[in-house]
Amino acid sequence: MLTIKNLKAGINGKEILKGIDIFVKEGEVHAIMGPNGSGKSTLAAVLAGRELFKVTEGEVSYFGKNLLEMKPENRARAGIFLGFQYPIEIPGVSMVNFMRAAVNEHRKFRGLNPLSSSDFLKLMREKKELVEIDSKLTNRSVNEGFSGGEKKKNEIFQMAMLEPKLAILDETDSGLDIDALRVVANGVNKLKTKENSTIVITHYQRLLDYIVPDFVHVLYKGRIVKSAGKELAFELEEKGYDWIKKELGEE
Amino acid sequence: MHPLGFTCGEIASLSWGKQIDLLGKNHKIKIKKNKIKTASKQVPESAIDMENENDNIINEVTQGEYKYGFVTDIESDSIPKGINEDIVRLISEKKNEPAFMLDFRLKAYRKWLTMEMPRWAHLKIPEINYHDIIYYSIPRQAAKYKSIDEVDPVLKDTFNKLGIPLEEQKHLAGVAVDAVMDSISVKTTFKETLAESGIIFCSMSEAIKEHPDLIKKYLGSVVPYGDNYFAALNSAVFSDGSFVYIPKGIRCPMELSTYFRINAANTGQFERTLIIADDESYVSYLEGCTAPRRDENQLHAAVVEIIALEHAEVKYSTVQNWYPGDKNGKGGIYNFVTKRGICKGDNSKISWTQVETGSAITWKYPGCILKGNNSTGEFFSVAVTNNYQQADTGTKMIHLGANTKSRILSKGISAGRSNNSYRGLVKMTKNAENSRNFSQCDSLLLGDKCGAHTFPYIDVQNKTSIVEHEATTSKIGEDQIFYCNQRGISTEDAVGLIVNGYVKEVINRLPMEFAVEAQKLLQISLEGSVG
Repeated sequence: MLTIKNLKAGINGKEILKGIDIFVKEGEVHAIMGPNGSGKSTLAAVLAGRELFKVTEGEVSYFGKNLLEMKPENRARAGIFLGFQYPIEIPGVSMVNFMRAAVNEHRKFRGLNPLSSSDFLKLMREKKELVEIDSKLTNRSVNEGFSGGEKKKNEIFQMAMLEPKLAILDETDSGLDIDALRVVANGVNKLKTKENSTIVITHYQRLLDYIVPDFVHVLYKGRIVKSAGKELAFELEEKGYDWIKKELGEE
Repeated sequence: MHPLGFTCGEIASLSWGKQIDLLGKNHKIKIKKNKIKTASKQVPESAIDMENENDNIINEVTQGEYKYGFVTDIESDSIPKGINEDIVRLISEKKNEPAFMLDFRLKAYRKWLTMEMPRWAHLKIPEINYHDIIYYSIPRQAAKYKSIDEVDPVLKDTFNKLGIPLEEQKHLAGVAVDAVMDSISVKTTFKETLAESGIIFCSMSEAIKEHPDLIKKYLGSVVPYGDNYFAALNSAVFSDGSFVYIPKGIRCPMELSTYFRINAANTGQFERTLIIADDESYVSYLEGCTAPRRDENQLHAAVVEIIALEHAEVKYSTVQNWYPGDKNGKGGIYNFVTKRGICKGDNSKISWTQVETGSAITWKYPGCILKGNNSTGEFFSVAVTNNYQQADTGTKMIHLGANTKSRILSKGISAGRSNNSYRGLVKMTKNAENSRNFSQCDSLLLGDKCGAHTFPYIDVQNKTSIVEHEATTSKIGEDQIFYCNQRGISTEDAVGLIVNGYVKEVINRLPMEFAVEAQKLLQISLEGSVG
């Protein structure tokens, strides 16, 4: 569903991604690991269409379409979901309103009528149970005053509501205690089907104990320097990123 | 002594003055600055239907132009341009007024001649030629209607376009309407129904003739004719407006509403509204305004006076949508309005709610004089400015009685190249012991060419009162927009969502039909401001 070819992108003239190639098929889970500053979050942002980053070269096709030409909201409607590393607070906008606007935009894109209030609330209740999110959170303004863990759970809740084809989870595990991590990972696993795919961006192998990847890519200085099966994650955890540096002939 | 127990001099001293005492050591004043805080309002699941409704309305609004800009092609009967004593006499004569009214007008006119236009507001007001204005214009043959059938169909059509039903049978919402076009009240609906409970709801002209005692007692008692430049001008030449009297112990069974419309060119609108709520009564009053799109500026200088007696409560809501001028700042209404209420009796309450989206320039400070002990004053405001609009608006809360309370919530939204200022005075006099005020002034900026300003004036003269002021300034962030985009919400809808969230606390205080209209207006006013 997703083909990234020689993707180069940067910010303010500084190149961060220096030629990325990734192929994601339906039903696959890909993990992207790498040290700080390697370009993991930039890759996520570029895929979601954040204009802050400029693509300088390369192609991204999503179900045969040129993703880079699509507006961010259309990428979202076409099934791309980004779980934010730092979810944004929107004071005054209730989660209910926010989610309803989002769900109905997705439905409109697929040629469906908006959900009635009661159907929408029913959907919310179901998804809340599925991802074990505290009911009270959805009565508050979007992410406002949420703890770090609550924000991350809220991302998974939104993912459950929007049922993306491709979910990109940017450091969803950072700042989570072990219980929250389990809740978040369970949520992701429950939402997994044969059709949808997930790209998990993470620092640590820890999350991959719960969300088992089919492929692990190591991103370093803007390039994928190593790709393998899930065993690569264990190797990395054991040997550290220095091992990669050494393999690359760096000190 | 003035009948209200304080002299005109004292009222005059309620002007902004220079007594800013932000950090007086004797007073307990908490100032929290730049605290970014927006109340997270819980949305009960049952509220979703209303939200749904609101969303539909926003969706249906796609045009960004001022849609009330049409002109009604109806002959009008105007007096010559300009102002002098003869004009004042002519207006009074045209209206068959009793001698005391002419006297009031002439005193006001003479006072006005000695006054100068106020310059302290954060506004750039072009020179106004007061001799180039027509002070009295009525749609021809509008003199008196016995029934709706007699109203000119063209005129009826105008009010229908504005969504104001004059035909009572069609009107299910239960709002009694007084419609004022240019200088005259066209039709007051539901008058008979209201009369059954002793409520008087009629045009000002009628009240002057039929209830002279109430007029003599209360007109000018809250806003004296010499109060300020525009109030003096209004007192001299005011043409019509609404009059409301709610008798003792009566809860007005429906919302009362006045719709103001400027139609004729070169005409000023000077309406006068007087609301008297007798002991233990209650009334909710709504006011809406529109004007045609014209290249020249037009002056609107109204005066509204409210008197709340013991245990009485008055809610006054405004949706102000005078023509704001075009995208380059040409044309538009100058909205220079004096609105003031007095909580005269103990335990009384006056609440102002305003949504200001129109006018080229707004100069307006609906205030409360809290004279009765335990009385309460409230001010809830949303002021939107876009393109080249200017607004200097806020409130005055004057605490005279003990244990009085006031609350101010002001939400400013600036976009385009506009300037939006909040100006508020909170005054605790010596006798206003144990009184409280809480003010919150929030500003939201869209883009980087507009301005938001806050001018709080605090004057505390006793040691037991508490005054709190909170102010926040925020911008809609690129990250917030992107977050919405990533969930499938377009940039324009995202701004709408965030703005609606921002003003919700105020909008929710408006009666339902008005809340819906206000949301539509916000959307239209801000259209094209993101980019």
